[in-house]
Amino acid sequence: MPEKTRDELVRIDYTPPRRDWSDPAIDFEARKGTWSYPAAAKNLRYLGFPNPRDWSPTDEDWQLPENWQQVIHDGLAERLTKYRSLKLFLDVCVRCGACADKCHFYLGSGDPKNMPVLRAELLRSVYRNDFTTAGKILGRVAGARKLTPAVLKEWFYYFYQCTECRRCSVFCPYGIDTAEITMLARELLNLVGLNINWVMEPVANCDRTGNHLGIQPHTFKDNIEFLVDELEETTGVRVNPSINRKGAEVLFIVPSADFFAEPGIYTFMGYLLLLHSLGLDYTLSAYASEGGNFGLFTSHDTIKRLNYKIYHEAKRLGVKWILGGECGHMWRVMHQYMDTMNGPADFLEAPVSPFTGTAFTNAASTKMVHICEFTADLIKHGKLNLDPTRNDHLRVTFHDSCNPARAMGILEEPRYVLRSVVNNFFEMPENTIREQTFCCGGGAGLGNDENMEMRLRGGLPRANAVRFVHEKHAVNRLACICAIDRATLSTLMEYWVPEVDVSGVHELVGNALVLEGEKPRTTDLRGKPLAARKGDADA
Amino acid sequence: MSTFTHGNVSVEVDEDGFMLEPEKWNEDVAKALATTEGVNELGEEHWKLVHYLRNYFLQFGVAPMIRKLCKETGYDLKKVYELFPSGPAKGACKVAGLAKPTGCV
Repeated sequence: MPEKTRDELVRIDYTPPRRDWSDPAIDFEARKGTWSYPAAAKNLRYLGFPNPRDWSPTDEDWQLPENWQQVIHDGLAERLTKYRSLKLFLDVCVRCGACADKCHFYLGSGDPKNMPVLRAELLRSVYRNDFTTAGKILGRVAGARKLTPAVLKEWFYYFYQCTECRRCSVFCPYGIDTAEITMLARELLNLVGLNINWVMEPVANCDRTGNHLGIQPHTFKDNIEFLVDELEETTGVRVNPSINRKGAEVLFIVPSADFFAEPGIYTFMGYLLLLHSLGLDYTLSAYASEGGNFGLFTSHDTIKRLNYKIYHEAKRLGVKWILGGECGHMWRVMHQYMDTMNGPADFLEAPVSPFTGTAFTNAASTKMVHICEFTADLIKHGKLNLDPTRNDHLRVTFHDSCNPARAMGILEEPRYVLRSVVNNFFEMPENTIREQTFCCGGGAGLGNDENMEMRLRGGLPRANAVRFVHEKHAVNRLACICAIDRATLSTLMEYWVPEVDVSGVHELVGNALVLEGEKPRTTDLRGKPLAARKGDADA
Repeated sequence: MSTFTHGNVSVEVDEDGFMLEPEKWNEDVAKALATTEGVNELGEEHWKLVHYLRNYFLQFGVAPMIRKLCKETGYDLKKVYELFPSGPAKGACKVAGLAKPTGCV
């Protein structure tokens, strides 16, 4: 937790500093708590990334390669050709400011360089200087800046202070995708060895073991068996998930935190109960053991490299289609990149639910279905026996996880599922949900402890909306469909709204699902006692 | 990366004081690292937890799930926090010489 108190954190000064915005100086020592540790050299070496070394942002000398300016210039030139969207986004912004007050980091910090327009301007000014006639001739008058060491340090600070949530893009009249600007800026930073460990260690782990946490196959199996035992204690039913089973109909892929960390493990228990109750012919994979892809926070090449295993494993196992769990940024990759990067997956079939006959035509190309779509369809067709009173001890609201909401349009399905499995559901204010949802403040690799002050500032708008429904409707549970959310929102709630716990949607499905042969349920999946039912008191 | 020195113990640690070379762990290192967690003496219960973590790590290569740790040591989370005030991941795992988990955790 940060050294500052809650009262200090909410005293946000929105008065812009007097000095010129183009002055890049940042005092990293004074700003501890708002930046992330650099990548450990061993992770860059493992991945074959440039410039592995031990360094700290507080060092005067960041030990850059001698020709770093040329590397960045050439890197930008290459990407301007390769990604037409980048050139368009750099050229087209008229600085209208519609995005300015839409960023959670700006709202929570008051730092004008967290206005998406100004964050992008940090890169745009160098683009103008190096690549536009006006910038070359007029220099600063045309908003151009030379790429100096201080400008590069400023890039590191602010491009690792954007969670790529894309809330600002919703409001941009030109549709500029600021997340893409951050992604490309981070690609450039990676060329000279400026990256953070909370991204690069998961990337290295994922490359080595198939998942961010570095869980090896025997550990994968052991973790899952433990959760199966736990489920049997709670429900009296023994589920039997298979791992690496060839010939299964469906490959099921989840974020690795779901079989490692609280509260994700309860979401995982929910998946297991659901798939068991249906008798779905599915398998997990100890190799494609991660839905998440921190390559998204690194570079396009890294996205492709880490994503490759998904189709590769689906082919090896001979499944028909892929089901995906509650992970946020995973779905931006699966929905928008996988098909073109590592597809076409023409060895798979367009997904059809074996229980309802519903063809998921939206996934006809990627062959991958979101579990909320799958479950919502089951409920719609009356295929699940649900007892929502088993969630009566909970008063639930729903946080739209940024990527499923804004990159994929998964807005109705989780709500439909929630309304079917809980009796007490309350929405947060409309400018904080659905497409306008506020980020958890810790996505895109920023969910580490050393960046805690910035996380709590960036998460403040979300926490504020939760506090509102907590005070108005006594909400005590914040549901979401993202593993980063489950980790970072838990910390955020502990600080800003400690009365509220965080969970996945399928944990609540698991609580409500009535299973054949189950014992009378006295607790939820966490082992917490259920609410007393009407009539219980009389007995 | 820096070097943590306490008495005769000297090990390489990361920014948060987690060991970078877990294979160099021994009980003297544990005692030294414990002082950074405000635990000046490791009692029987501390050792039970530390050895459990250590053995699990050697077998499985990562930290155990907290729920599993509680079940197999018989200590609930409250007890773990009593023993190591910064908790199972940041306190106990550090003393047992495990690496810091990263990712969606």
